[in-house]
Amino acid sequence: MMTATIELESLTCPSCMQKIEAAVKSVSGVAADTVQVLFNSSKVKLNFDENRVSLEDIEKAITRVGYEVQKSRAKPV
Amino acid sequence: MQRLILRSKNKIAAVSGLLLAAAFIHRWTAGSTAFFEGALIIASFLGVLPIALQAYQALRVKVVTIDLLVTLAVLGALAIKNFEESAIVTFLFLFGAYLEQRTLQKTRSAIKELVEMAPETALKLGEDGEFAEVDVEEVEVGDILLVKTGAKVPVDGTVVAGEGSVNEASITGESLPVAKEKGSTVYAGTILDNGTLHIAAERVGEDTTFSKIIELVEEAQDSKSAAERFIDRFARYYTPAVLAVGLVVWLLSRNVELAITVLVLGCPGALVIGVPVSNVAGIGSGARHGVLFKGSEVMGDFSRVDTVVFDKTGTLTVGSPSVAEVEYYGEDRVEALRYLASVERESDHPLAKAVLTAIGEVETYPVANTEVVKGAGVVASVHGRRVAVGNAALMEREQVKLSPTVKAQAAKLEQQGNSLVLTAVDGELKILMGVRDQIRPGVGAVLARLRRLGVKSLIMLSGDNQGTVDAVSRELGLTAAHGNMLPEDKAQYIKTLIGQGHTVAFVGDGVNDSPSLALAHVGIAMGGGTDVAVETSDVVLINSNLERLPHALGLAKATAQNMKQNIFIAVGVVLVLLASLLFSEWMSMSIGMLVHEGSILAVILNGMRLLRFRLPRLTGRA
Repeated sequence: MMTATIELESLTCPSCMQKIEAAVKSVSGVAADTVQVLFNSSKVKLNFDENRVSLEDIEKAITRVGYEVQKSRAKPV
Repeated sequence: MQRLILRSKNKIAAVSGLLLAAAFIHRWTAGSTAFFEGALIIASFLGVLPIALQAYQALRVKVVTIDLLVTLAVLGALAIKNFEESAIVTFLFLFGAYLEQRTLQKTRSAIKELVEMAPETALKLGEDGEFAEVDVEEVEVGDILLVKTGAKVPVDGTVVAGEGSVNEASITGESLPVAKEKGSTVYAGTILDNGTLHIAAERVGEDTTFSKIIELVEEAQDSKSAAERFIDRFARYYTPAVLAVGLVVWLLSRNVELAITVLVLGCPGALVIGVPVSNVAGIGSGARHGVLFKGSEVMGDFSRVDTVVFDKTGTLTVGSPSVAEVEYYGEDRVEALRYLASVERESDHPLAKAVLTAIGEVETYPVANTEVVKGAGVVASVHGRRVAVGNAALMEREQVKLSPTVKAQAAKLEQQGNSLVLTAVDGELKILMGVRDQIRPGVGAVLARLRRLGVKSLIMLSGDNQGTVDAVSRELGLTAAHGNMLPEDKAQYIKTLIGQGHTVAFVGDGVNDSPSLALAHVGIAMGGGTDVAVETSDVVLINSNLERLPHALGLAKATAQNMKQNIFIAVGVVLVLLASLLFSEWMSMSIGMLVHEGSILAVILNGMRLLRFRLPRLTGRA
């Protein structure tokens, strides 16, 4: 298990959170109940299983719903 | 392509705004409907593009958003050839989003400024003995780093060589420079105003005090109160519900115009954003002034506090003894002080330190035949004269006569919580000093302000003896003060207060006060950001600055008030819109959108007022 912090472009609408949350949760390998979208600091925090999914795949899921990823890092839990 | 459209959202808003203006100007001047309608159609299609795209992206992950409501409304308006409405609504929606983005950036600016103060590079001592610039993330514990004048301290560490003065405003909110020399601790994110320092890295990366503060603030801003969680859940079902209502209206009435007006009026906007916006502005404003609020729930509790409990004498007093009163007897005070200083200079007793600090720089004489009398004081010969420095017991032993006046003065000082230091030269009393742990400067004003802000009881709990505690309590006019208390007694006391129905804030420095901090409705930690106290508390006064306490309370009250105002605005607007749709003729889709966007901006601007929060000055009537 790894913990990832993904920094996004600044989020401006609260409905963005729902979108991003749904998009990230739908990626298999992501622990759905750990997904946290921080509206004000424009970050996503989550745990994922590095054997099943890569950080890049998670980032792609976010980009696909229309948000730019600025920076990301992951470290073992 | 998708990204291009989304990134050009603001440009699209500008273009459709221009088209809209051109269309109306043309109609008023030339009167041709062909150009008018053409321009509006282009504006509508252009404007709805990014909105529809966002709606589609959300739908793909099964989320119904406000974008979908607006897209459907615009398409409906186009279908019934109401190009005026469709163009105005898309423009207002895009323009509103742009303004929201701009103003939201402002409310978050306080935190952003803080984050941007984080250092990025460091000068690290390499194996070749030279300092080279490296990324701050490459610094490891134990590395030796060079900090030059004007540069940021890259990590937390200890000065190993050099000296200078450091501006610690980023950590403490105080811009007064602090002197640093070998052995001093320095913090990441502070700025070296002058001098050069070599430091040994102790805490790096996410472990530095600065990173922890940022993390606390960020988490706090996004932590949700029960009310917010409710609104979130509400919004999740509300938007699809509006969609359903619009559909039902259309099916029943076959009136497209009415149905799409329902879609626009139903957009949840101010309601969803109103509370978070007050929260983020309040927490950000606090962080800029040395107060960390750990979440929005705190704001509500803190604003209702009626009882403030201070954990010990040290919070309200300086924490180390100093000379409070001096009485001189006989002639030649200066000479007597020199004798006293000469003797005390040799001693390492804590009272001696306080006495020397009070005397300051004076000429001293060589001291001989020093005799320490245990539990009483010191006797020595200075310039051939017999000098005795100590308590009343020592004076008795030295057969120094104390007049009734002196005895009365001594008794009064002791009653005020002083320890006595008497100085006799050749058996004659010269100086009487009262030494005690004094009230911190400014505490009186702090307590007065708390009372003005509506705090009813100010209580002190202390491990000190009841006499000392009573003395401090009398001087400060506290509601109650209890001495001889262990940490568990304090926790029990807090529990009792809560049981009596008070809303209690507990101020402590935490090492063993964590139970009380956690128990109180609001735990307020005095401290630098590393303790257990900081973890268990709800509010942190950075750099143990008690003077920030009234500001913190005032800001919490202002923020709680602000949230209420925003909820009022949001709910009020929705009610007015719905009422006017049902009971009046003038409501249309574009007016609805205008009011909707206006209310969002209103709550954001209202929240921004918190960024400029200042406590009103303390005036005459206290």
